[in-house]
Amino acid sequence: MRLNQKINQLLEELRTNPYKEIEVKAPCSGKVKLIQTKTGEVVLGPRGKYKQKPGTLLAYLTRENNQKKICAPQKGRLSFVASLKENEFVQAGALLFKIKNHLSKQEVIKLILKEALSLFRAPEKGKYYFLPAVDKKIKAKGCQSVKVVPGEEIVILNRMKRETYVAYQGPAGVIYVVYFQPGQIVEAGDVLFGVCPERELEAIKEVVLKVQSEWEENGLG
Amino acid sequence: MFLDIEKEIQFLEERLKYIKDIFAGKKSKDISLLQGKLEDFKENYRQLKPGLAKQRLASLQELFDFLENKLDHQLSPMDKVRIVRHPQRICLKDILENVYDNYTEIGGQDEYSIDPAMLIARAYITRKVGKKIYHQPVMVIGQEKGHGEEFRNGGSVKPWGNAKALQYMKVAEKENIPIHTYVFTPGAYPIEDYPGAAQQIARNLYEMAGITVPIVAVFSEGGSGGAEAIALADYRLMLSHGYYSVISPEGAAAIEGKIRSGQKASPELIEKCAAFLKITADDNRVMGYIDKVIKEPALGARPYHYDFFKLLRQEVIKATDEIVLKVRGVGLLRSFALRKLNNPNIYVNWTLGKKAQKRLLNLRYNKFRQMSQHAYLDGTSWWQKLTGLCSEAGWVIYGLLRYDFFKRNQQRLAHLVDDLKGEVLAVGLRLQHGWERFKQKLPWSKLTPKPDLCELTSLSKWDDQEDKYVYLSPQAKVDRAVSCPNADKDGCLDQWAPDLFGDMAGVCAYCGHHFPMEHEWYLYNVFDLNSIREFNQNIEATNPLDFPGFSHKLLQAKEKTGHKSACLTFEASIQGIKIVVAVLMAKFRGGTVGAAEGEKFIRAIERANLKYRPFLAYVHGTAGIRIQEGTNGVIQMPRCTLAVRRYLDSGGLYIVVYDTNSYAGPVASFLGCSPYQFAIRSSNIGFAGPGVIQETTGLEIPPNYHKAYNALSRGHIQGIWDRRQMRDNLYHALLTMGGDRLYYQ
Repeated sequence: MRLNQKINQLLEELRTNPYKEIEVKAPCSGKVKLIQTKTGEVVLGPRGKYKQKPGTLLAYLTRENNQKKICAPQKGRLSFVASLKENEFVQAGALLFKIKNHLSKQEVIKLILKEALSLFRAPEKGKYYFLPAVDKKIKAKGCQSVKVVPGEEIVILNRMKRETYVAYQGPAGVIYVVYFQPGQIVEAGDVLFGVCPERELEAIKEVVLKVQSEWEENGLG
Repeated sequence: MFLDIEKEIQFLEERLKYIKDIFAGKKSKDISLLQGKLEDFKENYRQLKPGLAKQRLASLQELFDFLENKLDHQLSPMDKVRIVRHPQRICLKDILENVYDNYTEIGGQDEYSIDPAMLIARAYITRKVGKKIYHQPVMVIGQEKGHGEEFRNGGSVKPWGNAKALQYMKVAEKENIPIHTYVFTPGAYPIEDYPGAAQQIARNLYEMAGITVPIVAVFSEGGSGGAEAIALADYRLMLSHGYYSVISPEGAAAIEGKIRSGQKASPELIEKCAAFLKITADDNRVMGYIDKVIKEPALGARPYHYDFFKLLRQEVIKATDEIVLKVRGVGLLRSFALRKLNNPNIYVNWTLGKKAQKRLLNLRYNKFRQMSQHAYLDGTSWWQKLTGLCSEAGWVIYGLLRYDFFKRNQQRLAHLVDDLKGEVLAVGLRLQHGWERFKQKLPWSKLTPKPDLCELTSLSKWDDQEDKYVYLSPQAKVDRAVSCPNADKDGCLDQWAPDLFGDMAGVCAYCGHHFPMEHEWYLYNVFDLNSIREFNQNIEATNPLDFPGFSHKLLQAKEKTGHKSACLTFEASIQGIKIVVAVLMAKFRGGTVGAAEGEKFIRAIERANLKYRPFLAYVHGTAGIRIQEGTNGVIQMPRCTLAVRRYLDSGGLYIVVYDTNSYAGPVASFLGCSPYQFAIRSSNIGFAGPGVIQETTGLEIPPNYHKAYNALSRGHIQGIWDRRQMRDNLYHALLTMGGDRLYYQ
């Protein structure tokens, strides 16, 4: 029951503080001119398809006539703003802002699964398929009916006209979730599936279901 | 019974809608009169007797004709832009149907084409002379807007569409048939996917500069680089309601009004910019960029104007005849032959012989060489001109003697000497070998001198770092720290400006990012000291279109930089190799190219050609063609490319080095066509900037889209150089690329 306790503890922690908090510190010593001065203000993180647009400008930091912009690294609300005078000198690493971002349902589930599951990643880029016997079982009864043990060949990697059998590495258990589509190209390092110990299966399902139904999201996501 | 009348009413309604679209909500008594009369007729014609109704309809049609003619005289340049953009405007397919007697679309059909915006067809024109019928084949190439078909992309051709056009131009050349190109494009589709918008247009221009068949271009909508990709022609016709411009009026207004993305320029400003840019057919005819204007029906040609197609047919035939007659046959009889043009019943064969092809290329070069002479100022005194001419003549004689007469005989002599040398060397080596062996047998032979021990065991000498760079950047004289833009990614620490811009030559010590440096840095640190001899410094950029406010801006740039144009041309040497150099300076109006810059560039290439020297274009930065010069600027693309082509054909070595930011027209023509292009690290190369791409295509592009490394992987450039090694790399490049042929030897 250790895992179950761990998850419950994590969930409890998330309940009491359902935020991801990021600290923005001075990258080097210098004089700071705050642009955002009020706590509670909504700031935006880097935007655009390639995150090419920087986040909301928080402050200017000037050292040796070199003015640098300090921008918000993620979206959220300012939960803390350092009380500084105009152009006050700060040391490197001084805390300037805290940005609080309410965790979304998906993020919470991701955190829980990260804690609870052992993830099996694609060793190289290519198309992946389950072994025919496994595939049949998944199609008939769902992936949570498949048990895996380390060293067992479980997926087939198809790349450049050759097929390689890939053995599972990690703790034994059942496949909780499958993250890839058969026949689709998967990048090296992407997660193929997550495995959990068989006896924990029900407990994890329950927790996820609970989060799905109960987790409240605020407008900021 | 009223079916005919209803059909006609529908037709008139379309005509009225067209008129309203063209004048875009402008209030006019004539338009309201037409509307009133049409509505009146629509309500009442059923009560009239059929005969009377038809009579009324005829008079209504006459009124339409009359007022369309009247409105035609009130068209503003922007109205003409709206005409060519209108879905009812004639398109290339209409022309193929109505101007040519038969055609087969090649290189794809409709949406099943590598680029539906580029249409290519093999067509023929039938001419009946006496009892004989001749089929004259031509290659028709042009952008297709397809009356607003979405997959045509509005005639914006992607790089591979232009590549397709080039492929079939080569086919036409092989088959020795003329090429008719029809320009119906608002501009090229500005993406850098292989082969790259700029690179492909440059390639097209370069190849067209040497294509040995007559090319006739017909302009309807000539949008800058996209138009030039198929418009380097021997005869340039233009439809009277078309436009030919360096930039769309909206684009010019956005720049003039300093509009940021997401905002829109006011219609008045756009209207003004359209007028300032002098984009109409008549304007371009006066400036000399168009040979002839073809008169369109009132308010622009639409697919049902069959008389217009007949006229267009006559004009393209006449233009092709004229090109052929100008270059074919014996010189003396040519003017006589040209009289044939006045008689449409005389048949002219369009195939050209070898000599005629050579004359055609010469004629094409001269045609473009003489363009835009009015658009710059040449402050060279008559004395300087005279000495220039004398020295030119001297160089011609020297070149003939040194590289033609002497070289031919020298080569023979050199071969003989080489052979002899080889023999002597072989015998000598054998003798030396024998002597060495004999020496070793001597008792004291083991006392061979040892290499300098000191050299092997001591540290190498520390170069004198103080005089490393002759030029000190003003950026190094400021007491401040500088952050590297890659600091987040690579963890670069702040650097002190005097260190960074002094000892480090503006290169980040941690990641190697190159901060922009002034072009003077290169002048002092790349070329041999005191070897620079500037020429043509009196050629001055002007404001040929009298673009409001631009003269003042130009004056400011001249005062700020101390130069008269953005192009600096000089002779210099690199480790003793003499070269001719053209520099595009970013600090003079962003390094934009106008008539003066183009002229200086061409003269520099001509000088390199005359003196048998390698030619280097160092692009310190260019934002493109100078929009305030309108077509005077955009014409520099074909002009300079023709000069490059002529230089390379006669055996020259042309190297381009890009630095900081190089975009648009120049990259898509005379720079991009060089076989050897290099870039200084951290430079950006491309066709259109990120903002323009986002606005025209709606694509969001990654931040490293224009980086030199992308251009390298695409094959646009051949290498990326560290600024501090430019001198060595350039020397190396001159030796490897030039080799024996450096100075054309």
